[in-house]
Amino acid sequence: MAGQARGKVTVDVEECKGCGLCVESCPPKCLELAPELNSYGAHPARYTGEECTGCGICFYCCPEPGAITVYRLKAKAKAVSTTPGGEHATAL
Amino acid sequence: MGDENVITLVDPEVNSEVKSEAAPTASNNGYEAVHSKSPLFYDLYERKSELKHQTHYCPGCGHGVAHKLIAEALQDLGVQDKTIFVSPVGCSVFAYYYFDVGNVQVAHGRAPASATAIKRSCPDKMVISYQGDGDLAAIGTAEIVHAANRGEKITVFFVNNGIYGMTGGQMAPTTLVGQKSTTSPWGRRPSNEGFPLHMAELLATLEAPAYIERVALSDNKNIMKARRAIRKALEIQRDGAGFSFVEILSPCPTIWGKDPVEARRWVLDKMIPTFPLNVFRDRRPEIPVGKEPPQRTVADVLEITPKDRAHDASTVKHAHRFKDVQIKIAGFGGQGVLLLGQLLIEMGMREALEVSWLPSYGPEMRSGSAHCHVCLSKERIGSPLVSRPDVLVAMNEFSLRKFAHEVPSGGLILYNGASLPADFAAPGVQLVAIPAAEIADKLGSTKATNIVMMGALLEETECLAPGTALSVLEDKVKKLDLLEIDRKALTAGRLFIDDQAHVGAVSQPDGFA
Repeated sequence: MAGQARGKVTVDVEECKGCGLCVESCPPKCLELAPELNSYGAHPARYTGEECTGCGICFYCCPEPGAITVYRLKAKAKAVSTTPGGEHATAL
Repeated sequence: MGDENVITLVDPEVNSEVKSEAAPTASNNGYEAVHSKSPLFYDLYERKSELKHQTHYCPGCGHGVAHKLIAEALQDLGVQDKTIFVSPVGCSVFAYYYFDVGNVQVAHGRAPASATAIKRSCPDKMVISYQGDGDLAAIGTAEIVHAANRGEKITVFFVNNGIYGMTGGQMAPTTLVGQKSTTSPWGRRPSNEGFPLHMAELLATLEAPAYIERVALSDNKNIMKARRAIRKALEIQRDGAGFSFVEILSPCPTIWGKDPVEARRWVLDKMIPTFPLNVFRDRRPEIPVGKEPPQRTVADVLEITPKDRAHDASTVKHAHRFKDVQIKIAGFGGQGVLLLGQLLIEMGMREALEVSWLPSYGPEMRSGSAHCHVCLSKERIGSPLVSRPDVLVAMNEFSLRKFAHEVPSGGLILYNGASLPADFAAPGVQLVAIPAAEIADKLGSTKATNIVMMGALLEETECLAPGTALSVLEDKVKKLDLLEIDRKALTAGRLFIDDQAHVGAVSQPDGFA
């Protein structure tokens, strides 16, 4: 991978229902629905692997409590609370 | 695109383990988790019967987003352990599957009433009423209006998707004009079904609410606004500032027949024009406290004097024959059936027993059947319902035949009559026929029939002290002439039983004399 993106998203494949709201909402458009199906027949979302800013919008648009986890690169995150779901979420 | 490392298809158990390990600590490759599943949610939804790793909501449902925003706010306020979540009837009926807080699920529309009770009982708890539009704006209109009007210090989240989701898409009070539903198949017509109900505006006409806002889960910007509104509403409750209400316009892709992305856009394009987003109320209401009513003890209200208490103390040690007694008293209305039960529990209270009295009668207080359930116990009473009475007091033949089968072997039936019906049998049960009406009549009034039966009951079971019965009668019977008859009736009932013991289980109409 050329250069590290500021953020990263992982998706719990079995919790994701493939609604696509995160794909629609992602500002840098770095999420997509996987062509594979999960065990009960939904195309789960996945990170394309590039350009995530760690803004967290996908997390807030996703209706499943634990389907999406958003990460940020530590060095870039120094001005930001490390508590998941802290006040920084509007940094979109 | 298509980095194989990022998504791998694994089975749910394995995957959730990986995730739960990864989420809190992960600093893989210099990354750290900034948004992950809130600890307000259970790790695994064990109350669900299947697919315990995901919610029961449809793909793209707004409930999940609303749940997450609430969970995050509660977590940030640090109130997880003092939150009581009241879930409604509707799709979110199962909110208690997910939220690891105190949970109550209540009757349709009644969440604000239940939340009122909970908050008033536990004022330091965070009480959240979470309701849909069918619940809050239709069947529960009265409850929400009055809870808001009283300024209850609760938070209400009103998830409005303009339709009945769980039951399959019937028209709700919030359904848009022209919107099709199963009960408005040609579209809602205001001429027939009225206009969409604007709950936020309606509640904002009231004096008491502290905070009322309408938000929408329609797009990124509005979701973040919703996040702030939800947090603010909870902060207002935390500060004890008053009633807070957030209406959340929410997509229902399944019932609207749209894909999740379209449905969310529909909220923006169609719902918001009808339900404009706004802060309708944001102030600290000044609610006059008024003069505090006097607080009185139960003893004060019952006018139990110190003398009575001394009497209680002496009878607490009374050797009750039973650990507890369950009594059913049955007869016609007007025979003093319910009153007899009340007298017994009054005596029980004065002897420091746990008591319960459960009446059951038809709409007619006279000339109908009535019965009551009485429990006297040295321990706390689980249910006031008596289905296997130790003692049945049958004031007439109808009641005898109706309830005798409930009395278990070793129980007692006291029957108001000179003798038991010839064809009546109750194996293993002690049967005593007492001509109580005749005894009372001879004493001056058939009104005292129930007191004769009470005397017999007390003598036979020894469940309460004689002195207590007399003092209760003296307090309860206001007419002096009747009190005199009642005193004699009580004694006559006792003597009848005593006499029987001498004679040997033979009923004699004049046995008391």
